[in-house]
Amino acid sequence: MKHFKVLGPGCKNCAAAADLIARKAQELGVAVKVEKVTDMGAILGYGVMSTPGIVIDEKVTHVGSVPSAAQVKVWIAA
Amino acid sequence: MTTETHTLPAKRDLPTWTWHLGVVAFAAIWFGIYKQLPAYSEWFTSLLPVDRHSHTDEALAFFVYDAPKVIMLLALIVFAMGVVRSFFSPEKTRALLSGKAEGVGNVMAASLGIVTPFCSCSAVPLFIGFVSAGVPLGVTFSFLIAAPMVNEVALILLFGLLGWKVAIIYLSFGLGIAVVAGWVIGRFHLEGWLQDWVKDIHMGSAAELPDEKRSMVDRYKQGIDSVKDIVGKVWIWIIVGITLGALIHGYVPEDTMVGIMGSGAWWSVPVAVVMGIPMYTNTAGVIPIVEALLGKGAELGTVLAFMMSVIALSLPEMLILRKVLTTKLIAVFVGAVGSGILVVGFMFNLIF
Repeated sequence: MKHFKVLGPGCKNCAAAADLIARKAQELGVAVKVEKVTDMGAILGYGVMSTPGIVIDEKVTHVGSVPSAAQVKVWIAA
Repeated sequence: MTTETHTLPAKRDLPTWTWHLGVVAFAAIWFGIYKQLPAYSEWFTSLLPVDRHSHTDEALAFFVYDAPKVIMLLALIVFAMGVVRSFFSPEKTRALLSGKAEGVGNVMAASLGIVTPFCSCSAVPLFIGFVSAGVPLGVTFSFLIAAPMVNEVALILLFGLLGWKVAIIYLSFGLGIAVVAGWVIGRFHLEGWLQDWVKDIHMGSAAELPDEKRSMVDRYKQGIDSVKDIVGKVWIWIIVGITLGALIHGYVPEDTMVGIMGSGAWWSVPVAVVMGIPMYTNTAGVIPIVEALLGKGAELGTVLAFMMSVIALSLPEMLILRKVLTTKLIAVFVGAVGSGILVVGFMFNLIF
């Protein structure tokens, strides 16, 4: 099961990104784990400077903005 | 166990040349409408049962003309900047600035601050990322000062409401303050005034991202997203600001502001700067008020100082930065930028 981590200090973009991933996964009927990471040390540990950052199965995949719905679907389905 | 991969039907984009054509057509239509705006607003107000030279009519004309004009300008420039920003990223900026000498670094940082996409919520990780990559503290500050202050929303609104000269001067002075204040802060070597946990923490190399190749079409889309995002957030403030501005324009007697913000009162610039600190509005909301105040006798330097203070010395951003900077360092930051704004305000009043 894919493990998504959304890195961010808790601003609304980060929350929006986490929501989007959870919703799209539900729409596609794929079980995923979505975790919000707000600890600064952890975020920096991934080398992420611009939040929200999306990490999939420990690989940093996207930084700096809420990903598009289309993009999220591709990640979930891959 | 076999794994099945689901492939989504690929959404077919229009060919690239269609997009280029679309952008050009959009620009042409935009100009056409823009040129017609004054005529249209005159015509519109003439339809209303209001006496042409009454206060209500003046206020209405201001509103009907300025609201669409400002929103149109905003849409255009936010789109353009959205496309420009798609070429930049904090990661690239960090690499460009790392290890740069002060002076040159400050100038680069301030310039990059304008074009790098940057959300204030990322202020903390960005700050640490920069500092741990060997970007000098002062240079990082130049970036952090320029980014909110010299933003295209402010520039465009200034251009639209006060003319290109004011916009250019705001741009140069904004950059100037970012460079000088950042450089001055750097001179003091205040790394010791960072919060303790920051000194211990390190960000290694920036994350290796899978190659997100971007086509021109992707960049156009990013421009459109920016417009939806920014104009979507800001248009209500523009309406509020313009309404207030219109009311001031129409109903407040001329010269009301002269006593408070006019050339007689030398103390008006410092007061304006101080007033601006606890205030934080969207850039868009404040500018029409700026224009209306000017029309009523306030001095340009004072009003611009107020505006810069509202934007650059923003309480919310300072509260966020409290996580990485000690209060002492924040005080130095406010002092340096505040002084810069003061100087600009006085100079403006002298020149104009």
